[in-house]
Amino acid sequence: MSAARPQENHPEIPHLDPVLAPGHSYESVTEQISAAVLTRPTTLGWFVGFTIAFSVLGMLTVAVAWLVIKGVGIWGINIPIGWGFAIVNFVWWIGIGHAGTLISAILFLLNQKWRTSINRFAEAMTLFAVACAGLFPLIHTGRPWMAFYMFPYPSTMGIWPQFRSPLIWDVFAVSTYGTVSLLFWFVGLIPDLATLRDRAISKPKQMIFGLLAMGWRGSARHWHRYQSAYLLLAGLATPLVLSVHTVVSFDFSIAIVPGWHTTIFPPYFVAGAIYSGFAMVLTIAIPLRKFYHFEDFITMRHLENMAKVMLATGLIVAYGYFFEFFMSLYSGQKFDVFLVHQRLHGPYSHFYYALILCNILTPQLLWIRRMRTNVTVLFLMSIVVNIGMWLERFVIVVISLTRDFMPSAWGRYSPTVWDWATFIGTMGLFTTLIFLFVRVLPAISIAEMRELVAHDEEHE
Amino acid sequence: MQERSHLYGVMGEFETAADLIRAAEKTRDAGYKNMDAYAPYPVEGLSEALGLRRSWVPFLTLMGGLGGGLTGFGFQYWVNVIAYPLNIAGRPLNSWPAFIPVTFELTILGAASFAVFGMLALNKLPHPYHPVFNVARFSRATTDRFFICIEATDPQFSVTESTRFLQSLDAQHITEVRDEEAPLEHGHG
Repeated sequence: MSAARPQENHPEIPHLDPVLAPGHSYESVTEQISAAVLTRPTTLGWFVGFTIAFSVLGMLTVAVAWLVIKGVGIWGINIPIGWGFAIVNFVWWIGIGHAGTLISAILFLLNQKWRTSINRFAEAMTLFAVACAGLFPLIHTGRPWMAFYMFPYPSTMGIWPQFRSPLIWDVFAVSTYGTVSLLFWFVGLIPDLATLRDRAISKPKQMIFGLLAMGWRGSARHWHRYQSAYLLLAGLATPLVLSVHTVVSFDFSIAIVPGWHTTIFPPYFVAGAIYSGFAMVLTIAIPLRKFYHFEDFITMRHLENMAKVMLATGLIVAYGYFFEFFMSLYSGQKFDVFLVHQRLHGPYSHFYYALILCNILTPQLLWIRRMRTNVTVLFLMSIVVNIGMWLERFVIVVISLTRDFMPSAWGRYSPTVWDWATFIGTMGLFTTLIFLFVRVLPAISIAEMRELVAHDEEHE
Repeated sequence: MQERSHLYGVMGEFETAADLIRAAEKTRDAGYKNMDAYAPYPVEGLSEALGLRRSWVPFLTLMGGLGGGLTGFGFQYWVNVIAYPLNIAGRPLNSWPAFIPVTFELTILGAASFAVFGMLALNKLPHPYHPVFNVARFSRATTDRFFICIEATDPQFSVTESTRFLQSLDAQHITEVRDEEAPLEHGHG
């Protein structure tokens, strides 16, 4: 127990992989990232992937169209399970979005250099995930064309939204989150759009990127204000992202339903959101670096760090599960105790055990460095965690609603084929947008990579 | 002087950020005021070298945040207390804790919008055309080259003197920046 630091020069401490592979110049990072958009031809693999994703998106279109024609009766929802898949999927998608903001804002404030090559597509992922999430409450209303009722507007009836309801807080939280994420993402893109404008050869590309870049010319006066705005946005997005999943958890915890009415929900929802979000970033980053040869920019260091964040947030989630149980039993409140019993032995207990397996047990493998640095293991792990986080929301929504206070109000829930078509369809929407994004915009921030090159040169 | 184009300034190119900062400092020390530097990424220390004042963006952001928050709370107060008061078991109409989430979200929304649109407005963007784009090599300002432009509006500006000055800073590819599309009535009559 000496106060000295024995780690230094210790041969067993593994050397950290660099954030950017050595030997890169301003020109080489710019060329390699912009080539993926400008010069490299669209590959067959992209077309195949896009076609599959777009077909799945087609399924979503059909499912939503049928919903609009027939109404929410085509879903498995009933009384008492009025929420069902729509809310499970909403919470799942919005949670996935959180990692993007965490990477772009919180890691920026903490001056983590490794965020640089993953923040752009993580932010894009946030936007697309919020789009998928927002769809569910919208169509869950059954009459999506009436959704404007949720916004305060001067109606002829003179009534206003119920501002004391978490569901209205949710409207404001999610729409603010979507807007601010879009602004943040676009501000980050401006210098890169200018780079693409200046490197594009064809006239249409010059025009389109030129229009989007708004005449950015890298002026020092502009950078001066730009950096100030970017830092402020990061500072604003940080409390925002924490507030969004907190408000989402209020949807549950403000209600008195057993299993929902707990104060641990906000922190454990936020941790769960970041957990699933990092899993999704890995799910996207691993194929992206492989197919676009971005191994120099998205190094093992990034993947390992993301795995560590997953492990840490996964443990917070595990702590949340434990205390949920403990507080229910400790309170001695018979409805809460009964709910614990229902999770372990009720009709949906297999979902609960699967959730523990996916979210708590499997990720413990990440303690082992060899697992954290194995790309295949990480990819599979990221999918397992995403399934686990979806199961978590299913358990929360369905078990509590099927086992209310009175046995006469108990029910059962099973999703229909339309529930599945809508859910899988949103994955198609998400993947389609990701495919389009990597094809038409730089998936890695070029300006920030140049900053990294400058930083590396200074320290040589 | 019947030229259709008018002179915007003279521009010199530098290969590294360190050269650019040194040149910017010297240009400022030489007494030039209307000038700008161009870089492919935000160069640390460049704002100080140019002597740029603190930007107005943080102030605008604060105003946006205050405006958003006050609007958010004020509106909820107005709806629940003035426009459509509902007495539910005698509970207070101004149940302010329940109004916090929306107030908070609108604070962030206001602040973030003001930060972004304020930054763009102060930078006078969108501004798709600018005379510096007429310099052929300037397209590298968004890849790997650094530029300084001394503008013709500077009281100390003269084509020969300023060019010679840039030469003394070891600038490469010194060129005149001409504004091809300047309106004819622009001071050359």
